[in-house]
Amino acid sequence: MQLSKTHFLKGDKESIAHPQRRQFLQKLSLGAGLLTTIGMASCKKDNDSNPSMGVSLGSGDISVLNYAYALEQLEAAFYTQVVATPYSGISTGELKLFTDIRDHEIGHREFFKAALATAAIPTLTIDFSKIDFTKRDTVLKTAQTFEDLGVAAYNGAGNFIADVNYLALAGKIVSVEARHAAYLRDLITPGSFSSGSDIVDANGINISMTPAAVFAAAGAYIKTQIDTNTLPK
Amino acid sequence: MDFINILQQIEKVDPEVYDKLDTRRDVMKRFTNISGKIALAAIPLALGSMFNKAYATTSSAADVYATLNFALTLEYLEAEFYTKGVAAPNLIPAAETTAFNTIKGHEVAHVEFLKSALMGAGATPVAKPTFDFTAGGVFADVFTNYDTFLALSQAFEDTGVRAYKGQAGVLLKQGAVLTAALGIHAVEARHAAHVRMVRSKRLNNDALKPWITQNTSFIGVAAANAVYAGENNGTQANVNIATTAKISSDAATEAFDEPLTRPEVEAIAKLFIKA
Repeated sequence: MQLSKTHFLKGDKESIAHPQRRQFLQKLSLGAGLLTTIGMASCKKDNDSNPSMGVSLGSGDISVLNYAYALEQLEAAFYTQVVATPYSGISTGELKLFTDIRDHEIGHREFFKAALATAAIPTLTIDFSKIDFTKRDTVLKTAQTFEDLGVAAYNGAGNFIADVNYLALAGKIVSVEARHAAYLRDLITPGSFSSGSDIVDANGINISMTPAAVFAAAGAYIKTQIDTNTLPK
Repeated sequence: MDFINILQQIEKVDPEVYDKLDTRRDVMKRFTNISGKIALAAIPLALGSMFNKAYATTSSAADVYATLNFALTLEYLEAEFYTKGVAAPNLIPAAETTAFNTIKGHEVAHVEFLKSALMGAGATPVAKPTFDFTAGGVFADVFTNYDTFLALSQAFEDTGVRAYKGQAGVLLKQGAVLTAALGIHAVEARHAAHVRMVRSKRLNNDALKPWITQNTSFIGVAAANAVYAGENNGTQANVNIATTAKISSDAATEAFDEPLTRPEVEAIAKLFIKA
């Protein structure tokens, strides 16, 4: 499946609320429906990588690690910006912990880059132009969204992984993302660290998301086109 | 879940899939029987175990059940701990009552989920042990002193995270079973982060953070050291995180949580199990 605009349209309902895009879609509802159909048809049973479809993630476990690397690039870039231009009224404690989170995400990003070596996807072009980094509410909400998304993405990708060592590494990272998510949720609404049916189901289990749903949500910020066709299904 | 489609896809590569899934009866009949016996939520796990029988990659069904029973024992411990904590008079301040009820609710749900998953797969859940949360008197005031309660809560949650992490390999490629275990693992980490921040504020110690720095416990009891042993690992898959990412050693250890083996976790849990 191709992570083009067509794909984002398809996944929009499952993605994070995005008023501008929703309005845009409402205006183009007929066109969107048509594109969705085409997008789905072209997704169907097409496992071949096509250079014109964007950056290839590689195949098998490599594709899963590159998928994680893409998300870590996004997160690291976000927190680098947050720490470089802190929102107005940020407390010393918040800045300290945001700096921690930035360093964790850089640690994850550089780990994947080093571990993947020549199999690593290139540095992605990230676009945060729609995020107002001066506003606390906006930054916290976006951060929380990225962290909850990261947790769900790792959980959803776990069963794709064939090598037990890679699974162990993903496990080491995902719980740290969950710690970030809990901290950020508590900053926004005290006590909301693990409550909300959007993140934890009735069995007390954190939700998981498919790569398609994750890219649909994160795609608004990743300008580099990524070909997810080769991810295990 | 489009179960029929999954079977059809497998059938293309393996025409004998239906026979492998169940030689005695029609597979869908079996599926219906299972779903009649267990909670709806546990159906994916039952399906997972069906596939496991047919396409075992690394773990046998017995290994998977043993891991789920190991997890169940830890969840019994946590569920009872929070049930008693929430019920204890004048223990938890009003401001934190909702949070600890949330945590209690999750742990109770984990117990029920694991029990029904095991039963749904035809395995027998272990019985709940008798717990002693004072650990033979070491934490004598656990349900009367909020700080003691919080310290144990932090230790249990961080142990839980490490325990699930250590079992992921057993559940490699086990489908819904692995995904559920990862999902519980993440929720334990969310709990841990919250409890750690509650303690950080109470102790007025900003070195105690939602994440684990090096192998520090901030608990001050020798027995707690085992909970954090090895968390100061700074090298992942031969990559030195601090030097590669140009971050501090502290941040490098915080960025990756470490697993505990089953015996390591059992040694910790044993302190609180009477029988």
